[in-house]
Amino acid sequence: VAARGCGGVWRRAWQRCPASRPRRAVACNARGGAVPAGQSGLAPWIPVVGLEIHAQISSNSKLFSGSQVQFAAPPNSLVSFFDASLPGTLPVLNRRCVEAAVMTGLALNCRINKKSLFDRKHYFYADLPAGYQITQQRVPIAVNGSLSYSLCIDNKMSQMVTKTVRIKQIQLEQDSGKSLHDDARSQTLVDLNRAGVGLMEVVMEPDMCSGEEAAAAVRELQLILQTLGSSQAIMAEGQLRVDANVSVHHPGEPYGVRTEVKNINSIRFLAKAVDYEIQRQIEELENGGTILNETRAFDSKLGCTVPMRDKEGKQDYRFMPEPNLPPLILYDTKSLPANVNHQQVVNIDWIHERLPDLPSVKRAKLVELYGILPEHSFTLVNEDGLTEFFENVVKQTQMKPKKVIGWILSDLLSRLKQHSLTVKESPVGSFLLADLLNLLERGEISSSAAKQVFEELWKGEGKTPLEIVKEKQLELIQDQEELEQICQAVIDEREKE
Amino acid sequence: QQVSAALREGRVTPTELCQRCLARIKSTAFLNAYITVTGEAALRQAEEAEERHRRGQPLGVLDGIPIAVKDNFNTAGIETTCASNMLKGYISPYNATVVQKLLDQGAVLLGKTNLDEFAMGSGSTDGIFGPVRNPWSYSRQYKEKSGAKSGSEHEESDWVITGGSSGGSAAAVSAFTCFAALGSDTGGSTRNPAAHCGVVGLKPTYGLISRHGLIPLVNSMDVPGILTRCVDDAAVVLGSLAGHDPKDSTTVQDIFQPFELPNLTDVSKLSIGIPKEYCAPGLSSEIQAVWSKAADLFKDAGAKVVEVSLPHTPYSIVCYHVLCAAEVASNMARFDGLEYGHRSDVNKSTESMYAATRREGFNDVVRGRILSGNYFLLKQNYEDYFVKAQKVRRLIADDFVKVFGSGVDILLTPTTLSDAVPYTEFIKEDNRTRSAQDDILTQAANMAGLPAVNVPAALSGRGLPIGLQFIGRSFQEKQLLTVAKWFEKQVKFPMIQLEEMKRGDHGVLQHQKSASFS
Repeated sequence: VAARGCGGVWRRAWQRCPASRPRRAVACNARGGAVPAGQSGLAPWIPVVGLEIHAQISSNSKLFSGSQVQFAAPPNSLVSFFDASLPGTLPVLNRRCVEAAVMTGLALNCRINKKSLFDRKHYFYADLPAGYQITQQRVPIAVNGSLSYSLCIDNKMSQMVTKTVRIKQIQLEQDSGKSLHDDARSQTLVDLNRAGVGLMEVVMEPDMCSGEEAAAAVRELQLILQTLGSSQAIMAEGQLRVDANVSVHHPGEPYGVRTEVKNINSIRFLAKAVDYEIQRQIEELENGGTILNETRAFDSKLGCTVPMRDKEGKQDYRFMPEPNLPPLILYDTKSLPANVNHQQVVNIDWIHERLPDLPSVKRAKLVELYGILPEHSFTLVNEDGLTEFFENVVKQTQMKPKKVIGWILSDLLSRLKQHSLTVKESPVGSFLLADLLNLLERGEISSSAAKQVFEELWKGEGKTPLEIVKEKQLELIQDQEELEQICQAVIDEREKE
Repeated sequence: QQVSAALREGRVTPTELCQRCLARIKSTAFLNAYITVTGEAALRQAEEAEERHRRGQPLGVLDGIPIAVKDNFNTAGIETTCASNMLKGYISPYNATVVQKLLDQGAVLLGKTNLDEFAMGSGSTDGIFGPVRNPWSYSRQYKEKSGAKSGSEHEESDWVITGGSSGGSAAAVSAFTCFAALGSDTGGSTRNPAAHCGVVGLKPTYGLISRHGLIPLVNSMDVPGILTRCVDDAAVVLGSLAGHDPKDSTTVQDIFQPFELPNLTDVSKLSIGIPKEYCAPGLSSEIQAVWSKAADLFKDAGAKVVEVSLPHTPYSIVCYHVLCAAEVASNMARFDGLEYGHRSDVNKSTESMYAATRREGFNDVVRGRILSGNYFLLKQNYEDYFVKAQKVRRLIADDFVKVFGSGVDILLTPTTLSDAVPYTEFIKEDNRTRSAQDDILTQAANMAGLPAVNVPAALSGRGLPIGLQFIGRSFQEKQLLTVAKWFEKQVKFPMIQLEEMKRGDHGVLQHQKSASFS
């Protein structure tokens, strides 16, 4: 089994990831015959992974127009004159979107640019009504930040390592509409509901070197965005889109040609896509081929990346300043002019003061407050709603949090995962679990009995723990005399035989 | 005070006024000033205005006053074409802010006026509805001077252009079909036709009046322009249009105070600058003489008249062309036939549909600017063309800042190089050449965002109007128009004598003696 992880290097490692081994398909050329590490005599490879992430801003209306932002509305029902690019319409910047970007920039340790600019990026496509996208190419709203994320080594929760990826910049830009290709009738259907929705593009520098790292970084970003409320960041609803830039090179040599991988619809697929692409490039190069600077799509069914059809040559986007939007000026308490209408300005310090606890802070607080292990808090924060559940149980029980956590992680969570349920969908609520744990803590039942009761509770038949205990006669007998009688009875039985 | 007062006093009713104007539009239809005439709607608006006047509750000075609007402003429910096949048949779903403001004041919208396609041109000759004819072509003054008999064959070949691109609006005002009209001004498109048609053409400071609903040519230079028969009227219209619009992020936030123009009597405290670079190559000796005479007029009345220099003036035309083409290429990208407007029948693929739609929808002037604009915006060319032009633009603007900072209040320059040329001569050169020639005196003000106004000054040897331009400091329209009004009073520019006017319209003419409504 090959070593992996940054600092280590990659070797051809077919055996390691059977799931991501390419199947036989026209575009994905799998050669058999894995080369065990160390025997190949080939030089090691260093994979380089960077990410471009588009997060849809959680706001009532779009970035430059007043139409509503809503998922899955009837086609073309949320389109203003400006969104449809009717001639004569002008963009008006949405304050909430600016605040969301500032919040995100601050949470990612960026420098917020007090003056940022808007530009037009031109290309023709059916879902881009104006023929250009308004974005921030010259001076984005936030730059030079960092994101820390945690990985477990070798799938052992107990060995976590913290890594950092640099954030190059965050820029505000418009989302495009959606086009659906109907090849049967050779037509394209265009829905402009999404056209003009605010996006934050977060650019992560190529500091990562595996699918796992990329996935962990994105997961952490997702948690941060959700905590801030600046984006709901649900990948399945298109609120978080990730493109990966992948290349490989030998140590000491310059970076290799990179490819861009798109069409990644979940964090799990992100890891797969990146790992596949790394392996594909390694194989290609070791077989004497070259890597094209191209865009590839991840095919989740086949588990591989394929070249995208319609990218002919490099596009010149003919960037030009957006003349209808003056520079975006942000203030802090020092630079805020004296008599100003607070509705008209965004104060960075004001936003900073009101930032909620970020996931990393939350984890640290959980460890400190409850005496649980860091990897426990990692799981708590990672699962939507689990922290709340845990804290609710702790509140309602005398059992020590260090013991409660075991129930939460081993019993509750594992069962949820088995049945693909979210915490919110749990048949056992925090109240019931607390009840049960209290019985255990008071010594009224044994721990094995408690497990049985938990099983029963899981069925969700509405019985309380106490009711189940009584029903199944799982009470621990405390009475000395009664115990003596039972023991005597058993001894007597034995003696008879 | 003239017509507006007449309306208020009941000497004439809004509906009568409206009907007379509509009749006039019909009788001057050969001018081709209007693309769309909204007769029914206008009469309804006039009736409502009449009702308000009857109750003694007019909305303001503009209530009941017939106006026309250039066809690149969006007007709800009314076709808005920009004189292009791309938008032929396009019914706009909303009113431009300036249109809405006029309607809210009770103005009566008579129709949409003709222009060069997408406002690209200096003759109002390159639109799909044909060229606009200068009403002065049919004036007694022109006919006498040109020695032409009033036989239609001579009229047919000798008629002169209006200038552009707001030629339709200028002609509409000049021929008494309306009392005020909206144009647009990007490189001189309001002032140029104003000069050729003998009317007042005001280009306000960039950022003073909302562009929401004005179909853009160059977003960083466009402004709505105001065309009227006298300076006081321009001030009134300005007062009803200026002010911050939340829908246009490039309008200034400052509160605008409408003003009445004082009757200036003492100009001794005034400093008039005469920029020497505006004695441009090709400037006719006639216009030079009128310019000189005007400078003397100010001097004799006690004002300080100084020669100044705006050294980067010779570069402004090329600079303008680069920036204009770049913005045009960008602004026209939205016309793909998908959401609105013309769509070609070619449907092999999306790309081929785009290409065919745009080839069919745009004339070659527009297509030419799109191609050059895209060229300038290519990554490898961007620094050399676009950024360079922006830097030169800054230098041009700084020229003005220096001059105004040195104590000069107003600049006095010619508006055009010559009086209006006959159409047959104009079309001998292509649009690009003509624009380069004709915009030379007007477009620096657009580059710097300054307010400027054309005031008719005299008639040329051929009996055609010659106008002079005043350029003022940013947002100092009051000072600019005050000086312009003084000048207007001094020169007493003659009224156009159209033969058609002899019959029927005499009554209206009484009220229009000084051709004003304010």
